[in-house]
Amino acid sequence: MNSTIVDIQHLKRAFIIGEETVNALNDVTFTIKAGEFITIMGSSGSGKTTLLNILGCLEKPSVGTYLLDGSDVSQLSKNELAGVRNKKLGFVFQSYNLLARTSAIENVELPLLYNNQFNASQRREKAIAALEAVKLQDRMYHLPSQLSGGQQQRVAIARALVNDPVMILADEATGNLDSRTSYEIMMLIQELNNVKGKTIVFVTHEPDIAAFSKRTITLKDGKIIKDLVNTDIHDAKKVLESLPTMNQPIEAEK
Amino acid sequence: MKIANLIRIAWRAINRNRMRTFLTMLGIIIGVAAVISMLAIGEGSKQSIQSQISSMGSNMVIIMPNSNTQGGVRVDNSSVQSLDEQDVIALQKSPQHIIHISPSVTVKGQVINGANNWNTSIQGIYPDYLLIQNRSLREGVVFTTKDVKAASKVCLVGQTVISNLFPGEENVIGKNIRLKNIPFKIIGVLSKKGENTFGQDQDDVVFTPVTTVQKRILGTTYYQAIFTSAIDEKSSEQATIEIQDVLRKSHHLSSNMDDDFTVRTQAQLISMFTSTSTILTILLTVIAGISLLVGGIGIMNIMYVSVTERTKEIGLRMSIGAKGTDILFQFLIEAVMISITGGLIGVIIGVSATTLVSYFIDWPTVISETSVILSFLVCFVTGVFFGYYPAVKASRLDPIEALRYE
Repeated sequence: MNSTIVDIQHLKRAFIIGEETVNALNDVTFTIKAGEFITIMGSSGSGKTTLLNILGCLEKPSVGTYLLDGSDVSQLSKNELAGVRNKKLGFVFQSYNLLARTSAIENVELPLLYNNQFNASQRREKAIAALEAVKLQDRMYHLPSQLSGGQQQRVAIARALVNDPVMILADEATGNLDSRTSYEIMMLIQELNNVKGKTIVFVTHEPDIAAFSKRTITLKDGKIIKDLVNTDIHDAKKVLESLPTMNQPIEAEK
Repeated sequence: MKIANLIRIAWRAINRNRMRTFLTMLGIIIGVAAVISMLAIGEGSKQSIQSQISSMGSNMVIIMPNSNTQGGVRVDNSSVQSLDEQDVIALQKSPQHIIHISPSVTVKGQVINGANNWNTSIQGIYPDYLLIQNRSLREGVVFTTKDVKAASKVCLVGQTVISNLFPGEENVIGKNIRLKNIPFKIIGVLSKKGENTFGQDQDDVVFTPVTTVQKRILGTTYYQAIFTSAIDEKSSEQATIEIQDVLRKSHHLSSNMDDDFTVRTQAQLISMFTSTSTILTILLTVIAGISLLVGGIGIMNIMYVSVTERTKEIGLRMSIGAKGTDILFQFLIEAVMISITGGLIGVIIGVSATTLVSYFIDWPTVISETSVILSFLVCFVTGVFFGYYPAVKASRLDPIEALRYE
């Protein structure tokens, strides 16, 4: 359980804008072990999106090595990277990115359609299992437009789970949701991490979201300025229970 | 990447936009339907002309005297006297590519039965003429070669002549009619044949032995034409050459002299009359083809819009593991699916429209398999051709940029 999933050494990513070279990432080194739940924090322009893109094999580093699940992915071709994304990674986006007018189960099946190993019945089976994991088994044939924001994000999480990835990458996954729904999603993610042992990397700029994770990496100007193990992990379930609900009217103040 | 999965992906994408897909298809549907019905109508009229000409005798080869120059003056064809019995005998001697031979002399004149009279053509022939022209008798018998030798005063009469000379009478065999004041005995009645391609009533005719017309009416020894049949349709070219050889010999023409006769085959006649209809068919098909092209451009347009509109979707697909080629094929298959489905509907509409036209307006139509296969193939090519550029555009998108696209 303690094997290394991500091993990043002296990673640099430079963009050339006009005549200037901008180092979005400048000599970043860290590792992620299986079963970790990491949040990457930083203000905008700190390089966290670039780091997530590289972690997600959407982008290649300019310099440095990136071992994902034991193999070097920093020098792979575009098509090879697509294969890595398909088999080893799961993405959750801020804006859900579900296919419109497509049922929840077909959305969840989508990654498996790009994988030849599975036939139609296996795809369906795995998609149902993933929807059960996010507790949406009774909404399988609903269209995105018939689901709430939180439910849509859970479908997106199911889609990220369906290919049994070694790591799930979430990019501001609660950014479009109200705080109650955010906590519900965080509860689900904590459960996936604690109960199912999924490795999760969560990019956010909200400290209270970071408080749910086990470790927080803070970036500034392309460098890691803090890499702390969280000693006071908030439990999203408890936070949720402490919130006032419709059924529990707020006690009148005296 | 399994092609079945790609087809499934494309199918789901098309299904999400049914109305737009249908409207895009409409261009292809109209194009294909137009091509098929135009070709069917063109082919139909061509075949109807062919069959009409063939009904005059499919292998017929006609020899006519040629106008030649006599002392610097061109002489009218009908007065040229270059064909006579010697030619017929020469042709009959050892025929290789021709079977039936009959000379023909026609005279216009009045025929009379009692108080009734009628103006018609009196055509002198050999019995073979009926075989060449595919004519048959409704009743009675054909005159024989003996009658030809004897210049017998017997005749075969067409339906139009009968109805004018013998109104209401049933049995006319054995009765006499007068041609140019000579009484002729009716020994046979021709079966009805109707009008030919040129609108001529082929039943308005009286056939007699050729010698009878020559000796008793016209007082001549020449023929206006000689009709023959090639042994089959393919050998009409050889028959022409054979006839030219025989006649040049029998006319003692030296190699530097022009033919004093003309040989025309049925095949030449057919190609002459179908060429107009062929040109028309080509023209109509080109117009229909242009509408197919416009339909193809419609597909390209919609695919471009679709790629732009679905940029985010493409980004998502790439982020979950779709390769550039997967995206390329998805859009290509979408385009081909639209064009092929459109083609299929177009074929159905084209075929039913054609059937309706031939049923209600009574136009001859022939739907050829090649036209159906061809237009279907064109659809496929259209789909690939016009779908390719939008698909390439989609496949080259950068996943990060595409995901960020709003």
